[in-house]
Formats: sequence, C-alpha cells, structure tokens
Amino acid sequence: MCNFELLLINEKAKMEDLQKLEEEFQARIDRGEKIEPKDWMPERFRKQLIRMMSQHAHSEIVGMLPEGNWITRAPSLQRKVNLLAKVQDEAGHGLYIYCGAETLGISRDEMIEQLHSGKAKYSSIFNYPTLSWADMGAIGWLVDGAAIVNQTMIAKCAFGPYSRAMIRICKEENFHNKQGYQILWALCKGTPEQKEMAQDSLDRWWWPSIMMLGPTDKDSPNSKDLMNWKIKMQSNDTIRQRFIDRTVPQAEVLGLKIPDPDLKWNEERRSYDFGEIDWEEFFNVINGKGPMNKERLQARRDAEKNGRWVREAANTYYKKRKEQAA
Amino acid sequence: MEMKEAIFNYCLRYADSSLIIGHRLSEWCGHGPILEEDIAMTNVALDLVGQSRSFYQYAAKVEGKDRTEDDLAYLRDEREYRNTLLTEQPNGDFGQTMMRQFLFDSFQVLFFEKLKESKDEDMSAIAFKSIKESKYHLRHSSQWVIRLGDGTEESHQRIQNSLEDLWRFSDELFEMNEIDEVLIKDGIAVDLSTIKDHWMQNVVDVLAEATLNVPEDTFMATGSREGKHSEHLGYLLAEMQVLPRTYPGAKW
Repeated sequence: MCNFELLLINEKAKMEDLQKLEEEFQARIDRGEKIEPKDWMPERFRKQLIRMMSQHAHSEIVGMLPEGNWITRAPSLQRKVNLLAKVQDEAGHGLYIYCGAETLGISRDEMIEQLHSGKAKYSSIFNYPTLSWADMGAIGWLVDGAAIVNQTMIAKCAFGPYSRAMIRICKEENFHNKQGYQILWALCKGTPEQKEMAQDSLDRWWWPSIMMLGPTDKDSPNSKDLMNWKIKMQSNDTIRQRFIDRTVPQAEVLGLKIPDPDLKWNEERRSYDFGEIDWEEFFNVINGKGPMNKERLQARRDAEKNGRWVREAANTYYKKRKEQAA
Repeated sequence: MEMKEAIFNYCLRYADSSLIIGHRLSEWCGHGPILEEDIAMTNVALDLVGQSRSFYQYAAKVEGKDRTEDDLAYLRDEREYRNTLLTEQPNGDFGQTMMRQFLFDSFQVLFFEKLKESKDEDMSAIAFKSIKESKYHLRHSSQWVIRLGDGTEESHQRIQNSLEDLWRFSDELFEMNEIDEVLIKDGIAVDLSTIKDHWMQNVVDVLAEATLNVPEDTFMATGSREGKHSEHLGYLLAEMQVLPRTYPGAKW
C-alpha cells in the first residue's frame, strides 16, 4: 500500500472517530448530563461557549461603569453602601465567569484583549448613559430583571461551570432586582419631582431592556446550535415575552407608564402584546454606535493602561521573592 | 465643653474621616488596575462607610436633636467637616491611593485597639467591630506598599513620590484639642500621644521592607480639627451631597 492510500485510510478513520465522538457527545447532552471542562467536546461547542461566557463576563465588567457613575452621588449612606455592594457583586460575577471560561483553554488576558480590540462584544444595554439617580433603580429592576430571565435559563445549561456560576449569580441578581425596584418605589412614593425622575428613567430604559435580550429569533444566527447543545434552552423571543409579562404588572404597582402605546393584554395568548422594536437602534448600538460605546470602552482601556505599572510591579516583586527563596 | 457635646464632636471626627476616605476609595470602583483590586478596594470602602455610619448614628443619638446619620453626612458644609486632611487627598495613581490608605490604616488599627477599652460602651462596641476590618485593610495596603516599593524601578519611584507627598498629613492624625482633653479624663477617648511612637515604628518597619525612605522634610500640615481643609474637600462634598441639597426634605 502506498503512503497516499494509508493517509486516506487514516483520515477516514479519524473522521469516523470524530463523528462517533460527536454522536456520543450529543447523546450525553440529550440525556441531560453536564459537560465538564476535561470532557471531550466539539471545537465549535468550545468556541461558542468561550464567545458566550466571555461576552457575559465583559458585560459584568463594563456594566460596573454606568452604575459606578452614581456611587459618589448616592443620596443616602444606606443607598451608597447598597450600590457599592451591588457593583462589587458585578465585579465578582465577572471574575467568576472569566474563571469558568478559562477552563475552556483561553486566558483572562486574552479575553480582555479581545474586549479592548472590539473583537468581543458585551451587552448593548451598558452603552446607554445613567442620567439620574432613578437610573440606579431602573437598571436593577429592568436590566437585572431581564438578565435574570435569561440567566435562570442558562443555570440549566449543559456546561457544568457555566451552569453552576449562574445558579449563584442568579441569587445575587434577584437581590439586585429587588433593590432596584425598591429605589423606584421610594421615588414613586416621594415628591412629584422624584416621581418624574422615575418615569423619565423608565422611558429611557424600557426599550433598551427589551432589546438586550437579543435579536428576534429569525435574526439570531447562533441560536440553533446553542439550543441543540443546550447552552441556550429557549429562544430570545420566548425570554423577551416572559420578561415583559412579569414586568408590566410591576410597573402598574409603581404607578408608572410603560412607554409603548401598543402594549396591551392579550386574553387569548394570556400574554402582553407589545409594539415594534427598533432593531436598527439595537444593531447600531451593538456595532459601536450607541450613546456611550466609545466612553465605556475607553474607560476599560484606560484602567488597563493605567494599571499596567502596578501589575508589572507585582509580578516583579513575586519573581524577586521566588528567586530569594530558591 | 460639656461631655455630651464632646462625645458628639469626637464621633463626628472619626465618622467624617472614615466616610471621606471610603468615598475616595469608592471613586476607584470599576477603574482598578486589576479586577481583584476592584473587589478589594470596594470591600474596604464598604467597611469604612459602615464605620462612619456607626459613629454618625451614635453621634445623632447623643446629640438628641432628631438628626439622622444622613443629616450629619449630607447637610454639613466643608467648614463643619472634621475629617483629617489625609483622607480627603485625591486618589492620584493606585500607589498614591495605597500609600494614603496605608498611613491611615496604620493609625486606625492602633486607635481602635485603644478605643476598645473606652468607658463609653457604644464607642467601645464600634471599636470592637471595626478593629477586625481595619486589621484586614492594613494588611492589604501595607502589602501593596511593599510590592510597589520593592517592585520595578518605576513603581519604586512612583510610590516614593507618593510617600513624600502624603507624609505631611501624618502628624495631624495625632492632634488633640479640648474635645480629647474632656474625654480622656473620663477614660472615654484615646490619648493619641500614647500611640504615636507605635504608629511610627510600624510605619517605618513596612517602609523599610518596601525599600522606601522616610521623608526628610518634616513640614506638617494642620487645620482639619478646626474645619480648615484643603481645597479638595469642597468638590468632594458638592458631589456627594448634590441630591439631598437639590431636593430638600426628599426621602430616598
């Protein structure tokens, strides 16, 4: 047998092996088993998870900025510590998910580099500015509320580290959600100016929160694979509907008006119908043309740049100690 | 000076210092040199704001005029604030922040250690709770002073400059006035002269490990005990107090 034929046979055997592995992999997922970092997994699965998890971690980190914007102006000491603790939680979530993503064979530095170069994305929502104290309420209530609906689903996903991270993160997000609602509650029970502040905030955050759950199913290119692999369990539109259904009554309790003239209860569907989403705005924001994209990314790049000498010093210090010990 | 008034003012002094330096630290949130530091600095800021609340709440109770912790924090002006000058200095680079923190934490640990023995039960209780936190803060800040001092040439130079810059605010931590005099007599306040040498020894030890030199310039700034601050505090308060000042009487 000549070398060429041998090569072909080898190649074919490899392909068959791969196919078998993929079938076994899919069977495990279909049985509801969790995939762990050391298990075999298709490269596409690994890639998609890295994309999703790093995007999620980046969102936590960039998400610290809009709320960080009000820490120094929180109107009472109690609110100040609540907000500080909340933003600290976001940092913790980011760290946790970065670590989870690292088990897939990418380093935190690489992921951060991808964020800074614009290659990796983060949630569109954080490209909107926080213009009043009420926005701290709206972010907790709407943004975290939308995130919870999404993350409760991810908590059941097929990748062990991501699923476990989400279980813990969801607990904290639920707390943030209540905290945000409570901020708005205080404003709505307060002076007319405070109530106006709350309404203005809802007017600005409602649509971006609806959009942050991702493009409509027909425009969601990654969804099919993700759902087969149970990285994603439900479609964007399903999650969006659930979020709207649970949020509208909460707005009514606050006495705030949701800025959608087409919003109305559909008795037949037992769900709310809602108006058309401005997807052009969404895709603009995703592609760098939102109100705060430039500032958010610049703040992250600046932190990286201004902290470089500190990280270098720490590394040098440890090298010196190691050499001394040797 | 009456005892009640002395306790009230004594509490405000330490409440203000913890709040202001905690506020400064919180300005870092989201901009730290590494994610772990964002978490650590926020932790310290949370503890410090927490300490300030304990002191404010007690001050308000002692005063007995129905003022709240927020009235004391948000509705007093620059000239009424009694935080030490060190605490209001701007963050500068990360090294500057850590040096400021280190000088402050070194004081807090010794101060709370003594305040635990105060005959005033509330203050003693605050000290008991705070000492654990401050010990952790000191471990964190002194480790950074050492790493940066004994790190690269650049970090060494930067943090040496920070030390030179901030050293002049160290003496003021130990200044005493009539308030201290009244309270020390009854075993309530800490005689700050008794912890100064200890503070210096601890600081010098860490600086030596960090290969840093104690500044030769011995000029020392003063004024905060009379509410005479640096120009930085006014801006910090303007930012911090903006909402309660803009909407008087509103509840948040």
